[in-house]
Amino acid sequence: MNFQAIQGEGWLLTKAEQLINWGRSRSPWPFPYGTACCGIELMCALASGYDMARFGAERVAFTPRQCDVLIEAGTITKKMVPVLKRIYAQMAEPKWVIAVGACACTGGVFRTYSTQQGIGSVIPVDIYIPGCPPRPEGILYALLKLIDKIEADHPLYKQRQKVVEALEAGK
Amino acid sequence: MSLKERIKECLEEDLLELTEFRGDLCVEVPKNRVLEVMSKLKKEAGFDFLSDVFGVDNLDLYAAKAKKAKKKTGEEEEEEPKKKEPPPPRFEVMYLLLSLSTNERLQVKVRVPEDDMDVPSVTGIWRSATWPEREAFDMFGFRFKGHPNLRRLLMWDEFEDHPLRKDYPLEGKGEERHLNYDTV
Repeated sequence: MNFQAIQGEGWLLTKAEQLINWGRSRSPWPFPYGTACCGIELMCALASGYDMARFGAERVAFTPRQCDVLIEAGTITKKMVPVLKRIYAQMAEPKWVIAVGACACTGGVFRTYSTQQGIGSVIPVDIYIPGCPPRPEGILYALLKLIDKIEADHPLYKQRQKVVEALEAGK
Repeated sequence: MSLKERIKECLEEDLLELTEFRGDLCVEVPKNRVLEVMSKLKKEAGFDFLSDVFGVDNLDLYAAKAKKAKKKTGEEEEEEPKKKEPPPPRFEVMYLLLSLSTNERLQVKVRVPEDDMDVPSVTGIWRSATWPEREAFDMFGFRFKGHPNLRRLLMWDEFEDHPLRKDYPLEGKGEERHLNYDTV
C-alpha cells in the first residue's frame, strides 16, 4: 500500500481504494468446496505444513455467508451445478472464485454425460489452477495471484459506475 | 452335495441355464418366476444376503455376433434358407447372492426384452435391493414392479434418458440441470 506519513504528527495519508484493497487482500477467507481428490490437496495447503493462513486465508469459513474466496476443488457433476450456483449466490460481495484442478477448469478426464465441462460456464472464475491434482504450492500460488488481482482492483470506481448507471437509467 | 447339485434340486424346472466359469455359478431363470425363485434361494439354499443388482445391455454383443454369423454363412453356402429366430432379449438383470453362513456365491440372470421392461422387485425378499434397483432403473430403465420408491438414484429427477444403455452417447445429449430453489 502506498502511503505518506506526515513527519512527527502521527498521520498517514493514502487513497481510500488502496486502503480497502489492503484490507480485502490481507484477509481472503476461503470457502473450501472440495468435491474430489483436489480437496485433499486443498486440505494439505490449509494445514500446518504449507499453512495458507500465512497469506491471510486465516479462517476457513464453512458457510458461504462469511467467506470471500470460493475455492472449488474437484469435479462438478451436472447434478451438482445448481448447488454450486446457489452457494455462489449466497456469498456476500465482494467475492472471488478459484477453480482448482483439471476437472474444475475443463472437466478433465471425465468427458462424459454426467460431468460439467468446466465451472467457468456456470459461475465467474478468477483464477484457474491446472494439474490433476495441483500440488499445494499451486494452490498457494493461485492465492497469491488472487491477492495481486484484488490489489489491482478499483472498488470505489466500480461502485461509482454503478451509481452513475442507475442515475442515468432513472432519467 | 455340491452347490451345483443343490441349486439344481432347489430350482427344478425354473432353471433355464446353469453355467460355471472359473468356479462362479450363474443360473438363468424366467422373468415371471423371479419372486418364487428368489424366495426359494433365500429359504432353501441359504442365500441370505443380496450383494448387488445391476443391468447388462447386450446391444453391441448381439450385433457383432450377427455380423460374424453372416460372414461365415456367406463364405460357405447361401442357398439354404435360414429359419428366422426371434432376436434374443436385449437386457439382462443380474443378481449377486451370497450365503453368509457357507460363504457361497451365486449369480442369477434374468433376461429382459426391450419392449417389456417390467421386472418384479425383490425388495420384499431382501430390503437391501432398494438402492441397487433404483440405480438399475436409473441407468437402464427397468421398471421394478413393487418397488416402494422407484426414483432415480444417480441422475437428477428431470433427466429423461438411461445413460448406461449402449445406444446412449458417452458425452450425453446436452442435458443440463437447472437451478430450482424448491429441490436444491
